[in-house]
Formats: sequence, C-alpha cells, structure tokens
Amino acid sequence: MATMTLLQAINDGLRLEMGRDDRVVVLGEDVGLNGGVFRATQGLFEEFGGDRVMDTPLAESGIIGTAIGMALYGLVPVPEIQFSDFIYPAFDQIVSEAAKMRYRSGGEFTVPMTIRTPIGGGIRGGHYHSQSPEAYFAHTPGLKVVVPSTPEDAKGLLLASIRDPDPVLFMEPKAIYRNTKGEVPEGDFTVPLGKARIVREGTDATLVAWGAMVPVAEKAAEACAGDGVSVEVLDVRSIIPLDEETILESVKKTGRAVVVYEAPKSCGFGAEISAVIAEKAIEYLEGPIARVAGFDTPFPYTLEHMYLPDDGRVRQAIKDLMEF
Amino acid sequence: MRDDSTAGPPRQAASPGRPKKKESGNSSRGRAGGSKSSGKKSSGRSSKNGARRGASANRRSSGSVSKNGKGATSRSKSAGAAAPKAKEADADPQRFRPVQVLGEDGHLVSDATLEETPAMLLDLYRGMVKIRVLDGRMLNLQRQGRIGFYGQSTGQEAAIVGSAAAATKEDWIVPALREMGVAVYRGYPLNLLVTQLAGKAGEVSQGRQMPCHFSWRAGKFVSMSSVIGTQIPHAAGMARGMQIRGEQSAVLGFLGDGATSSSDFHCGLNFAGVWRSPVVFLCQNNQWAISVPFDKQTASDSIAVKADAYGMPGVRVDGNDVLAVYRETHKALGRARSGGGPTLIEALTYRRTGHSSSDDPTRYRSDEEVATWEKRDPVERLRRFLEFEGVLTKGQHDEMEEEMHREISEATQAVEKLEDPAAESLFEDVFADVTAQLEDQRSGYLHYRNSKPS
Ligand SMILES: Cc1ncc(C[n+]2csc(CCOP(=O)(O)OP(=O)(O)O)c2C)c(N)n1
Ligand SMILES: [Mg+2]
Repeated sequence: MATMTLLQAINDGLRLEMGRDDRVVVLGEDVGLNGGVFRATQGLFEEFGGDRVMDTPLAESGIIGTAIGMALYGLVPVPEIQFSDFIYPAFDQIVSEAAKMRYRSGGEFTVPMTIRTPIGGGIRGGHYHSQSPEAYFAHTPGLKVVVPSTPEDAKGLLLASIRDPDPVLFMEPKAIYRNTKGEVPEGDFTVPLGKARIVREGTDATLVAWGAMVPVAEKAAEACAGDGVSVEVLDVRSIIPLDEETILESVKKTGRAVVVYEAPKSCGFGAEISAVIAEKAIEYLEGPIARVAGFDTPFPYTLEHMYLPDDGRVRQAIKDLMEF
Repeated sequence: MRDDSTAGPPRQAASPGRPKKKESGNSSRGRAGGSKSSGKKSSGRSSKNGARRGASANRRSSGSVSKNGKGATSRSKSAGAAAPKAKEADADPQRFRPVQVLGEDGHLVSDATLEETPAMLLDLYRGMVKIRVLDGRMLNLQRQGRIGFYGQSTGQEAAIVGSAAAATKEDWIVPALREMGVAVYRGYPLNLLVTQLAGKAGEVSQGRQMPCHFSWRAGKFVSMSSVIGTQIPHAAGMARGMQIRGEQSAVLGFLGDGATSSSDFHCGLNFAGVWRSPVVFLCQNNQWAISVPFDKQTASDSIAVKADAYGMPGVRVDGNDVLAVYRETHKALGRARSGGGPTLIEALTYRRTGHSSSDDPTRYRSDEEVATWEKRDPVERLRRFLEFEGVLTKGQHDEMEEEMHREISEATQAVEKLEDPAAESLFEDVFADVTAQLEDQRSGYLHYRNSKPS
C-alpha cells in the first residue's frame, strides 16, 4: 500500500498498464513533456517515448478520431481530453463512431479505448473548466461512463476501463484530484465496472452520489448523524453500467433516497437513478425521491460555491425528507 | 449588395513583395532543432531518458527535420510518425517571407517609407504600452489573490494593436482569448475591465465568466469563449451578414496558432472563402499552444499557406512590427469591404510568458528561446523608432506610463468597493425569460439560504 492522491493514483495506473501492455498509448494536448495540465501523465513521455505518449494538434475530434483508428487497428489508446468542457468537438466521433462500432459491425470491429477527462467544478474555472457532462454520454448506448471518487478506485477502475473491450469515458473529478489522499494497493489490481461502493452504512436514508459529490455526501451524512439520522452513502462509481441492485437494496432498507450530482438538475443522471428507484422500489418509499444538483444554468465563476451542491443543501434535503 | 455570385476570389499573389532586411519574424524552421531542447532544464527528472533526450525525441516524433540534422539519425525510434515533411518543398521561398516595415533595430527596412503621421504613431505606441502596463499590474493583482486568473499578452502587443488600429469603429471584432488589448484600444473602459477580472457585479458577465473573457457590444467586440476555434465560423457568418445587408464594414476575427488545428478553422475559412465574405482572419502565431510548439501543430511551413486551400490570399507579417501588421491588416480589411473577399494574415510573434497564470513554461521550453524573443521586443522597437524620428521623448514616455498607472489605480480602487454578483443573478440570462423550472430552483435556493441557521 502507498498513500497517494487521486491524481497520483491515475498516473500510477497509467504507468503500470503502459509497462504491462505495449499496445497502450496515450495521446492528447500537452500530455507529453508538460505531463498534462493537471500532471496526470507526468513522466510517461520520458519513460515510454514519443510513440507511446503523443502531444497532438489542438483538435479534440482529431484526438478521438485517430484514437478510434488506432483501436480498430489493434492498439489500446487512452486519449486525454484536457477538460471535459472541450470534449464537444469530439462528440460526433464518440457518439456516432466509437459507441456504435461493435453494434454496426456485429462485433467485427471494436473500439477498446478509454477517454480520460477531468470533470466538475470547484477550481474557479467558470463556464468552460467546470462542467459535468456525464449525462450526455450516459445517453449513448455502447459507451461506458466511469467516475472514481477515491485514489484506490481511480487506479482500479482505470485499469478495468483500459482492459475493457468497449469504449469507456473515464471522468476524473478534478476538484478532488489533489485533496483526496488514500491508501492504494501497489501493483496490479482492478475494480470492476458496474459495482457501486457502500461508503457508509445507515438505516434512515440513502444518499447516492459519484465523483466529487461523494465526499460532500459523506460530510452531510456525518452532520445528519449529529441530527440523529442514520444515512447510508453509496458511490455508484460507474454510471454506465449502473449497479441498480445495490441502490435498490439500500433504498428498500432505508425507505428514503436523495441523489446528489453537480450537473444541471434537469435530465442529469440523477433523473435516471430516481426513475429506477420509482420504477422498482416505490412501495418501499416513505417520501419523494429528492435530487440535490446544480442549477439549470451554465456553470458560474464567482458564485460557483452557490451552484455546487454542498453538505448544507444535502442535509436540508434529508431533513425535509425525514419530516415529510 | 456585394456580388458574390462570381466564381472565385482573385488569385492574387499573396507575396508582400518586400524583401526582408534580415531574418527576423522567425519561422518554425528557425526555431526547430537543438537550441530548444539543449536549453531545457533537467529539473531533476529521474527517468532513463531524462528530460533532455525526451525533449528532442518529442520534437522528432512530430516528423520535423531538425536543423542540425541530428534528428535524422535517431528518428527511427518514432517510426510511423516520421514521414518526411513537405516543409522544404514550397516552390517560391519568397512567398511567405514575413512582411516587415520596421526592422528589429528600430529603423525602417531599406525599401520602406514612412506613411503614418506622428499622431498615428503615438497612438499605436500608446496602445502597446497600455497592454504592457496592464499586464504587469493585473498579474500583480492575480498574485495577490485579488483576481483569480490572468492571461498575459506580453510580447504580442504589436500584433494586437497593429491589427486593432486597422479596423474602423464600424468593423466588428471577433476575438480569441489574447485580444483584451484590442478592446482596450477601442476604448473599453478600464473599470469594466477590472470588474470583469475580479468577477464582480457591475459588468455584463456578472461574474459568470472566468477572468479575461470579455464581452463588449458597444465596442463591437464579441463575447469571448474559452473553447478554442469556435469563434472562427462566427466571424465568417457575421461577415456574410454584412455582405447580405450591403454594409460597408468588415469583420476582424482572431485566432491562435493552436486554433488552426481545430475543425472550426477549416469550416470557418472554407465558408468565408466560398461566400467571399468580408472578413480578415488574423492568426497570432505566438509559436506555442500551451506546451505544444508550432511545428507539432502543423506540418505546413506557415499558417499563411493554408489560405491557398480556401481560395483566399495568405499573408505573413512580422508580428512584432506594428507598422507591418497595421498596413497589411488595413489593406486586407479594405479589400474585404470593397468586395474582394477574405484574407488570412499570420502575424509571427511570441508568447513570452506562461500560457496563463496557471502555467509553468520552464517545463517545456528553453530560457534561451525566450531570451531571443525578448530581444525582438515590439514595444522597444517602436519606441526606438519614435525616438529616432523625434516623435517621442523619454519624458513623454514616462508621462504616458504614469498616466496609465494612475488610470489603472483608479479603476482598481473603484472595483475594490464592488460586491459579488447577487445570488438572483445566477438564474438570469439563461433565457430571455426565467422559466418556471428555473424560478422554482431560484426560489428554492433563496428560501434555503434565508432559513439556514448560520
Ligand atoms: C477546444 C479546446 N481544447 C482545448 C482547450 C485548452 N486550451 C486552452 S488555450 C489552449 C492553447 C491555445 O493555443 P493558441 O490557439 O495558439 O492560442 P494562444 O494561447 O497561444 O494565444 C488550449 C489547448 C480549449 N480551451 N479549447
Ligand atoms: Mg499560440
């Protein structure tokens, strides 16, 4: 075990997999000598050279389009999109090409590619360095969407993603890149995609979260414990595939559900989770399913603290639910 | 209305035709090779290749041929990526020689004559000094934590002011991200500028955008986006609008060298070429896109040459020569307004500082390279010329700077008193009207905030 930040764990996972499998290549803007603007690829260029770690021209459609070509040919590309806010030029390549390749070719062609990209607010990045666009991609059949929230998960889920036979969008919560430290097993291990993590057990209400909202949910749960309310916290870890079973089991036990996410509330992935709970566990519920989310506005700069769900808003939602 | 039904734009020779006095604007070729990597600090990297070798391998794998020839032998490692470039193949080497009026020594180049009035020269100088002074002061504020982020344009003042000065008040500006100085030149009030940087209420973006993302309709200066390249088609479309309305104005659209790789660069220039719309695309080739150097951005010899593919003239200017930038932009805008179609201008310059206040450029480029460009300082060059010409004295210069400092201090002091935007403002301007759902979210939040025990 070694103590690492989430960022270091990602770097460690990349290095391990590049050493283990020479088909793995990294490409993106500033990923070479600069080591990525967040330093996630630091040292990889020096270690593996310019054929394995490629600084690309400034074109996201080119980064993903060429990565798809590499994958079709037999490589295992791990392209980086510098901020998920800049992923949209590549939307067509991801949605129309990568995600549909297996289906349209009856499995003859596949795209085992893992797109890494930072998501979320908390760094005073304004509209274009803060968004959480997971729902756009979760709405695309053929694409897996993964969001770690701890260093150990970051490494284990990344390794599982790279080894997955299908395209994975690996979204890294940049707000907790450096301020979450944890024990990470050395060497090779994976955390399976599609398995939620029970962060904290409880009996009165279930908080469902992912990414940087997991620590917020934990903090809220702690505060609720002080209010005499026992809250269970789930980290879904992978949005697609979604571990419905763990969520439903928890909600059936607690009878109350609150979903916490950073993206704009309407049509955020929390809406899907709420629907699943309503469809499959409504008879167990003591009150309405609540969503604490970002507002339906572009992501703001100065007022980002107001936009982002915090433990206060989550605690209030649970209070309201307990009093329902 | 302009006649846009004719087959194509005039295939006019893009060559500026002015022989250069000496090598100055610098091309990627001049920069390529050993000098850069040799200056790279090793900074204690402990990989087996080490940062130095890493740097040169990095450059080689893009397929560039290094000047000292070392690249050729060790290139085998980077296999497929290293197809020989067409760089040396340009038929007419004079064609994209950078246009120059003022030499690096501050004298007119041999065949140039002075066309600008002393007042005009002073105006250009003032615009450039203002950017320089603002950059210093605003970076200070950023370091003190009073503004969250700042992107300098130090070293690019000539490209910014020379082009801005060529546009009329009726022309529209479609900026990329390094054109704060264009707005300032057009009269953007400093108190609004500082308010935007500080993210306070009292300015249109109401703290919604990151610092250095300006929007100023009164100055026909379009709202900036962080997303690289997206503004290029906007410029083409705006110009098409002017064409349809038969207006005697043009669009001056900006972009960086990195943006030339974006899909929007291709479609923006292609549309403008097909429509022959009145737009001038001014690319500030400052040699870097964060850590990616020009020769890894494109295998073309220049950015100007790309104009060929879109059926418009391409011009390369010494971007640190304010008179060259001014004259070429002026010519191109004039041509655009009179139905002659779009132009792509490449202003060769250099980003002397980090990409932004968040960047550490010593990780990826040499101090020597930076020092070389410091010697080509655009402000210094014009100052020397103005002193030779007797247009400016040291006293006048100092007075000018002092006045700017005073103006900036007033603006920053006024902004200190401003408040953060009101919570309510977060929900406005998403649409013209606040939707029922948003209203619900707004009142829900305000209720929560007002009832929360603090
Ligand atoms: C679509 C997109 N991808 C990536 C980025 C991140 N990014 C911001 S500036 C920049 C480099 C821009 O280089 P250039 O166009 O040369 O402009 P310069 O910064 O040199 O003025 C990058 C990669 C972005 N803003 N937008
Ligand atoms: Mg640049």
